[in-house]
Amino acid sequence: MSQKVRFGYHTSRRGALKMGAGLLGTAMVPLLPRGAHAAENYPAIGTYPAGTAGDTVFIGITVPRTGTYAVPGEDLLKGYQLAIDHLNSGDPLIRAISPLTTKGVLGKKVISGVADSAAKPNDAVQNGSRFISENKASVITGSVSSAEAVALNKLGDRERVIYLPGISGSNDTTGKDCARYSFRECFYGQTAAAAIAPVITKNLGKNKKVAYLTPDYTYGHTVHQSMEEYVKQAGWTTITNQVCPLGAPDYSSYLLNIANSGADVFVNINFGNDAVQSIKQAQQFGILAKQTLVVPYVTPFLARDVGPDLMAGVFAATDFWWTLQDRYPLAKQFVTAFQAKYGYRPEWGADTGYMQIAMWADAVERAKTFYPPEIIKAYEAGVTLQSTVGDVHFRPEDHQLVRPVIIMRGKKKAEMTSADDYYEVLEVVPGAGLMQKPDAFGCKLGSVT
Amino acid sequence: MLSWPNFVSQVFNGLALGALLSLISSGLTIIYGTLGVLNLAHGAMFMMGGYAGYVVFQATGSFALAVLGGSVVMVVIGVAIERVIIRHFYNRPDEDQILVTFGIGIVLVELVRLGFGSATVQIPAPDWAMGVTSLGFLIYPTYRIVVTGIAAVALLALYLVLYRTRLGMIVRAGIEDSGMVDMLGINVNMVFMLVFGIGAMAAGFAGIINAPVVALTPDSGETILVETFVVVVIGGVGSFPGAVLGGVIAGEILSITSMIDPSYSQVMLFAVMTLVLVLRPQGLLGQRGRA
Repeated sequence: MSQKVRFGYHTSRRGALKMGAGLLGTAMVPLLPRGAHAAENYPAIGTYPAGTAGDTVFIGITVPRTGTYAVPGEDLLKGYQLAIDHLNSGDPLIRAISPLTTKGVLGKKVISGVADSAAKPNDAVQNGSRFISENKASVITGSVSSAEAVALNKLGDRERVIYLPGISGSNDTTGKDCARYSFRECFYGQTAAAAIAPVITKNLGKNKKVAYLTPDYTYGHTVHQSMEEYVKQAGWTTITNQVCPLGAPDYSSYLLNIANSGADVFVNINFGNDAVQSIKQAQQFGILAKQTLVVPYVTPFLARDVGPDLMAGVFAATDFWWTLQDRYPLAKQFVTAFQAKYGYRPEWGADTGYMQIAMWADAVERAKTFYPPEIIKAYEAGVTLQSTVGDVHFRPEDHQLVRPVIIMRGKKKAEMTSADDYYEVLEVVPGAGLMQKPDAFGCKLGSVT
Repeated sequence: MLSWPNFVSQVFNGLALGALLSLISSGLTIIYGTLGVLNLAHGAMFMMGGYAGYVVFQATGSFALAVLGGSVVMVVIGVAIERVIIRHFYNRPDEDQILVTFGIGIVLVELVRLGFGSATVQIPAPDWAMGVTSLGFLIYPTYRIVVTGIAAVALLALYLVLYRTRLGMIVRAGIEDSGMVDMLGINVNMVFMLVFGIGAMAAGFAGIINAPVVALTPDSGETILVETFVVVVIGGVGSFPGAVLGGVIAGEILSITSMIDPSYSQVMLFAVMTLVLVLRPQGLLGQRGRA
């Protein structure tokens, strides 16, 4: 009994201490870095919790800095770097996209590493793997070729690390090769075709003969298929599809076939330097004088690199163009900040890079932890976010951002009001109406754990 | 796109592509034939020639001076590389030679990238060669016709140097038996240096005249190097006439296959190379045992 009393006495004293400590602890929670305590509540997965055990969180950036996709790769990289700077400084722009952000992500400073993928899937996967094993990266991001994006999708799922594609226009990235750990911001073949087809068929008329120049990999094939499908509705027929290798230095044999095909419209699906080279060479073969050029998936800096003379009157679909700053306040903030830092107006690669990092920060802040399954849940909640192109949200079924596609037409030199005023924005087509059903391209997301 | 006009166009285009490939490959094959060094930096030299021409063009605004100046720069670079690095590898195993030229190639590419960045640069074609020429059976860019002519003249000049001059005789003798040439009191080392310089110039010259057709990037030598090797293997390693024949065959394969199915044009190139290696390992005009 005495023992009981003694026990009871001790218990009540201990209980009081425990209760006091508990209350104190609860009161102190907001003072601790958020996520620090959460680490104890979730099992280890991927690079969690090791990657965020300290004061920093690491983003592994793999982009092509050499090869045919180097130029859009550099633009994309600058977008990432601006977003990371903005996160660490708590810039109002990034806080508009990720409202819970104060500074850093969950109070941790964002650091990053950059590696060159040369747009090769093998190199991209090696870069990603190294960031995961050596830097315990919490996020891997970057791609200009969809072949890279698809390969990294698989890496992200296998390693249980979030992967954010950069530029990736293939239907497959959030279609048959979609991944639970991957979330794509940019538009893609199907949305590009659905957005641009009504505009070009309305402007160029019905029953046209089309010649395609298609790079020989997932991006080229899916964009070509989607374009064919949508322009068919206006009676347009394919007269030739010239499939060329990625990084082909000379397009003469393909272009001769196109020049001799009797086509009315020349749809060039090439990207990066391939697009620049093939358009310049098409002009040398006299194709642009006879056929109307359409670029369904415009590469950053295309107009600058081929010149306004060749781009005048060309219809093109894109993710972002800097004159959208007249329509969207966040676009204005983004263009201003980017130009101040890098000395030129951003192209769409930079916008994608910035938005991907900002939306990831938003998902982590809402998840209140770096535990990837919770971040995925936050993404899949489909919360409407402000962006540089208006309101957007992720589709939970295939992890594709529902976002508008911008249709532009190249300006004549005389119409340009500044050195980089290459395009007139014709339409901003809302994304929801353009997109296929989430399972139409065979997306089956893998398991979270 | 099977039609007679297109077929004739593609045959012509094959010749144009082939002339350029022949010119680049001739540099590779002369170096290998004489020095016994498989120069994996050849693609980088092609690219570097283009950039050298670009620098001269920027400074002078003259296409002719760009071609001339760029070529001279490439001879100097070629001779310097031979004197400083390559000559130390003549008596080293083949794999050492391959590795060192591979390394030189990487260094050249990265130096150019350091200086010019990864974005493309282009030398415009001279005004008189701009535009399109109608040949009746086809419409073809004027400058590409000019390039074909320049490449043919350059090949002829190389042929004359190799087969009609004393230097050429020594080079050809060096290809057959460099030890014997040395014993005859001829300074083989000097010849080797000149040959490497001429080989680098052939690649660089091709790089410059091709620059108005295909814009330059630091990586532009990569694909060319692979195609050049295919040309040399088909024509016969170490054989100058083989390089010319191989170049034309490769150009025609690329062009004519694309008419039937463009996605198979590269595949066909390698298929033909494999066939040649199986049926005639020394190449069409190569001599057994020399390589």
